[in-house]
Amino acid sequence: MHLGTWETKLAGPDSLNSNRFTLIYNREGFFFTSMHLILFLLFAAFCLAGAVNLLLQTHPINSSLSLIVVMTSLAVLYLLLGAEFLAIAQIIIYAGAVMVLFTFVVMLLNAGREDRTLGSRAARPIGLPAVVVILGVIATVIIRAQGLGAAHLGQGLTNAPNQSNLVLLSQILFHELLLPFEVTSVLILIAILGAVALARSDGSNADANERTAAK
Amino acid sequence: MSFLAHDVPISWYLLLSAALFALGIVGFLIKRNLITVFMSIELMLNAVNLSFVAFASQWHAVKGQIFVFFVMLVAAAEAAVGLAIIIAVFRARSTLAVDRIDLMKL
Repeated sequence: MHLGTWETKLAGPDSLNSNRFTLIYNREGFFFTSMHLILFLLFAAFCLAGAVNLLLQTHPINSSLSLIVVMTSLAVLYLLLGAEFLAIAQIIIYAGAVMVLFTFVVMLLNAGREDRTLGSRAARPIGLPAVVVILGVIATVIIRAQGLGAAHLGQGLTNAPNQSNLVLLSQILFHELLLPFEVTSVLILIAILGAVALARSDGSNADANERTAAK
Repeated sequence: MSFLAHDVPISWYLLLSAALFALGIVGFLIKRNLITVFMSIELMLNAVNLSFVAFASQWHAVKGQIFVFFVMLVAAAEAAVGLAIIIAVFRARSTLAVDRIDLMKL
């Protein structure tokens, strides 16, 4: 961790504080050596529990809240993998904006418990074994793959000590990929206009409502 | 407890990603609510993002993280349009059950 050396410099080599910081960051304590593993296991368990809870809940608002748990835990896993910018973007964009939109729509449409219908019976006996087979194949390939290596905590994308990967990310994003970046902003603008045009209510929708009510 | 001293293998991250993706497929198959089906799609997108970040960390390449950034932006746009479509469908049909939304015309 670069933080340790930085704090030590701030406190000065002669002060008492520096000893404390080197004690924490000297990579000898049990917590430091296994911190990555403990955090990974904890938040991987949160992820899986949230995803399973999303399936088990019958009310959409509970499903959306468990999806927020999944996305926030994924942000912590991004931090462990050395992607600080993506971790913050995950929280702001996904756990913030997208899931607020989902929760808002669930409340707006007053979506109640989902009802079991005939269609769900066909999906289970065919779909679930297929999913198990797909997961088994992917897991076998990953486990048997050689040379995947391990993720080291606090390791950026380069070996340069003072360069965060935010610098690298912005260099590529604003030099090499400037045009795709700007095109994405146009895409989002079109998406906003499309969403407003789709969700706007006009006279024809009221007619359709009456027709379904009449049936 | 010697294994505790090691770092986490990349393959564990990939296995977690595969498990999340499979759970997303299961949700897509068994959930009967239109909004929850859409949430399962978001879960699958997130699972793929995790494996992108894991591979970027393995190869020390920033391109994987940039790909995840663009996936996030496109997913945000997709969520806005998708939820607007869901609102329009609910206005037309007064239901969110996917089995009852089986006609293309109004």
